Amino acid sequence: MDQTSVLPVLAICIPAVAAALILIFRNRPVIRESWTILASFATLACVLSMLPLVFSGTEPYAALFPILPGLSLSFRADAFALIFALTSSGLWVMNSFYSIGYMRAHHGENLARYFFCFAVAISAALGVAFSADLLTMFIFYEILTLSTYPLVVHAETEEARMAGRKYLAYLLTAGIFFLLSVLITYYLTGGTAFAAGGILTGHGSALLMTILFITFLIGFAKAAWIPLHSWLPSAMVAPTPVSALLHAVAVVKAGVFGIARVVFYVFGIDMVSALGLGLLLACIASFTIIVASMMALTQDNLKKRLAYSTVSQLSYILLGVALLTPSGIIAALIHIPFHAFMKITLFFAAGSIIVMTGIENISEMKGIGRRMPITMLMFAIGAIGVCGLPPVCGIITKWYLALGAIEAGQLVFLAVILTSSILNVLYFFPIISTAFFEKPDADTGIHEAPLFMLVPLTITGICSVLLFLFPDWPFLNLVTMAESVITGSVMP
Amino acid sequence: MIADHLPVLVVVLPLVGAVATLLAGWADRRLCFPIAMATTVIQFCISLVLLSQVMQTGPLHYNLGNWLPPWGIEYVIDQLNGFVLAVILFLCVLSCLYANRSILSEIDEKKIPAFYTVLLLLVTGVCGIAVTGDLFNLYVFLEISSLAAYALVAIGREKRALISSFTYLVMGSVSACFILLGIGHLYIVTGTLNMADLARVLPPLYGSTVVQTAFIFFIIGLSIKTALFPLHLWLPDAYRYSPSAVTVLLSTIVSKIGVYALIRILFSVFTPSFIIIDIPVMEVFCWLAAAAIIGGSVIAIAQTDLKRMLAYSSVSQMGYILLGIGIADSIAVTGGILHILNHAVMKGCLFMIAGAFIYTSGIRSIEDLRGIARTMPLTAAAFVIAAASMIGIPPTVGFMSKWFIALGALESGQWIFVLVILASSLLTAVYFWKVIEYMYFREPVPACGEAITSARDPPAGMLAPILVLAAACVLFGIFVSIPLEIIVPFVTGILGGT
Repeated sequence: MDQTSVLPVLAICIPAVAAALILIFRNRPVIRESWTILASFATLACVLSMLPLVFSGTEPYAALFPILPGLSLSFRADAFALIFALTSSGLWVMNSFYSIGYMRAHHGENLARYFFCFAVAISAALGVAFSADLLTMFIFYEILTLSTYPLVVHAETEEARMAGRKYLAYLLTAGIFFLLSVLITYYLTGGTAFAAGGILTGHGSALLMTILFITFLIGFAKAAWIPLHSWLPSAMVAPTPVSALLHAVAVVKAGVFGIARVVFYVFGIDMVSALGLGLLLACIASFTIIVASMMALTQDNLKKRLAYSTVSQLSYILLGVALLTPSGIIAALIHIPFHAFMKITLFFAAGSIIVMTGIENISEMKGIGRRMPITMLMFAIGAIGVCGLPPVCGIITKWYLALGAIEAGQLVFLAVILTSSILNVLYFFPIISTAFFEKPDADTGIHEAPLFMLVPLTITGICSVLLFLFPDWPFLNLVTMAESVITGSVMP
Repeated sequence: MIADHLPVLVVVLPLVGAVATLLAGWADRRLCFPIAMATTVIQFCISLVLLSQVMQTGPLHYNLGNWLPPWGIEYVIDQLNGFVLAVILFLCVLSCLYANRSILSEIDEKKIPAFYTVLLLLVTGVCGIAVTGDLFNLYVFLEISSLAAYALVAIGREKRALISSFTYLVMGSVSACFILLGIGHLYIVTGTLNMADLARVLPPLYGSTVVQTAFIFFIIGLSIKTALFPLHLWLPDAYRYSPSAVTVLLSTIVSKIGVYALIRILFSVFTPSFIIIDIPVMEVFCWLAAAAIIGGSVIAIAQTDLKRMLAYSSVSQMGYILLGIGIADSIAVTGGILHILNHAVMKGCLFMIAGAFIYTSGIRSIEDLRGIARTMPLTAAAFVIAAASMIGIPPTVGFMSKWFIALGALESGQWIFVLVILASSLLTAVYFWKVIEYMYFREPVPACGEAITSARDPPAGMLAPILVLAAACVLFGIFVSIPLEIIVPFVTGILGGT
């Protein structure tokens, strides 16, 4: 049930306003960064305040002025949207503290631009989450691309600029495909508003629908499915907090979130399964899971290895979506927050190592676990989680995903999941063993990172464990709500 | 009383202003700018009054000297030219404000009175084209505005400006010949020059070769005026070598009035059924526009000079407008007309910024702009907004027209043009992003280090119009329903429901 409310708009506006304030106070570091912190807490509070409403069955909804005839900027905070919004805004709080610690220690230049773009990017990510129609989603999707570009090229080195060009080349091209898909959808149906069960049923031939599905998939290149993934490892040249929140959570999750929205709310499960498109997506996802994990094995640069791991993990979500079964959907949706918490911990740890030692390559990290025990312990927790082992939340995803594969009767995907788990172990455990069990070359007097960095990293690490112990509130509850909405529309 | 004469006042006022500027300039050069500024501001106010009258009561008819049409000259203002008039005069006001400071560095001081005089003559011609309902009168005003434009291109200190002005003059005269021949052909067959009257008399004569020839002549003549690819060759040089303020005028008002004349002749003198059914010329027209869109962008990518890059980008963007018109579907035409406003706003902003770079640092080359965002932050930020709009990133205006034109192409089943529009967005992104990367993410080259570090945002007189236009790029994008309320009734009137 819709209830008109300003809350979704407010959640998007708070970071945007903060961005403006950051620009105004660009030469006053303390005030500038206070705005970031304040805004992150305010945004989280705003998103949290929508939770009770959603749990009680009402969905905050806001339609602003029409931007095009028959198309107004519209926002809806349903359970599905809140999963992504809560993840992004919650981790933004952690990341804001971490950013201050990291950026002051490592990249002193252009901090106003950094915090400005960061706030805009969060605003855009929330816009993607809350958008109630394709056009609104497209608008925020494009803003997300542009606002993160300056963060990728932040270092202003030749490498960063090349990565930036690649980033734009992939994502703007994808944006064009997204726009084409929106245009076709609008042309066929006369509207773009999301509705559980899909809006395209009965509009257009099977061939057209298949083409449209593929253009949508290309449009969501932010989901980094192979072969549209290579912008992501390149983007690791960005400062670590950017890699941590944007290129492990907000940007890439906007891609998979978009695909999930389109599959469930534009095409509808019925049509996707009838046309065999689920199988297509599942094959792409499986291929990505395996190949990206293998590529991760070959990386010595820690951030790059984590990036390939992200590519692989994102496709877990896509695989869950593609299975089109209740458990698959749960696995897909629950992995959005779970992977976010685990991966941000890993990136935070990698960033701490870079700040304290300047080391980026795994082979040089001998014995670092003895010097930075808390950091590496948290890293280990994140790694265990991504591998899908207890007691970290990753196993919950894996459990549902396996169930989903069985429900769908597609045992081959079960094999994919198991193979991938083995590969995950193979690329994570060498890091842990190097860090803890090999002797350092010399005593260099390295110690833990400053508290601004250490505390957020510890919190996200512990949260990853807590989410395993108490997954219900709020995420699993939200996920089951969203799942029943999606599947409920199939079986009335 | 005076309110009845507003349609003619909007043309007479700048003519009087031009003479006044010339006389005042003899006494004191400093008087020229206030007179020109006051003239354009009053004109802009008149155009808004006219537009609101049209929106309330429908088209206005004004008989010049009380001679009844079709014998006398009739001025007609409907939604289309009410809209175009307001857009053009809005840009005139801003360009005039911008010119005050920017011409100081580009024009000899003693030529300043001449500059404002010719500028007001240009405005006279352009407004005349916009309001007239008489075909021959349109030709006269077209010549007035063209002659003024040739003079303005040549007024700067650059030697090459004379050559480019001459090229422009030759091409412009060829175009004028075609238009005049077209008018002559129609007059031979129909014996009338009044547009509304022609529209009544022409339909039975559509089979006539003379009428069809006239139609083709109009298309060719106006294609040169609007620099439709491959008839654009005069444009890059004229834009590159003219003073910045003149480039702004050329790219916003002069090119837009050509498009207006084209729409008027296509849809008001001839009828859509003629251009769609009797002559397949629109098909060719669309393909030329598509070639312009892609060709202009590709050549723009290769440019090293900022103004020249923007000039080729204009060729490409004019292609959008013409494609929208050529598809002749009601949605696409809406998009095309909307793009008149959008492109005027975006390109006006960009050329003003290019002028601001020249004014404060003397830099013209894209490569030398490295790091300029640090010393000219507001100008650079405005550039980013306008560039995003050119690429068509929502929620800027550029996205809106692109949406309509692409949707119109989709509705009329012309998939290929949808792809052209989308592909061109990417090409546009390539050449604009190059500039943005240079401005923001690179260290200045040693040779220009001094120029870059000493550069500052331009004086308020130049900065204000830049920021107003940059803001307009976003505001008209978000509140696109305002221009649409004006355009849609016109399009519905000529092409039927949307």
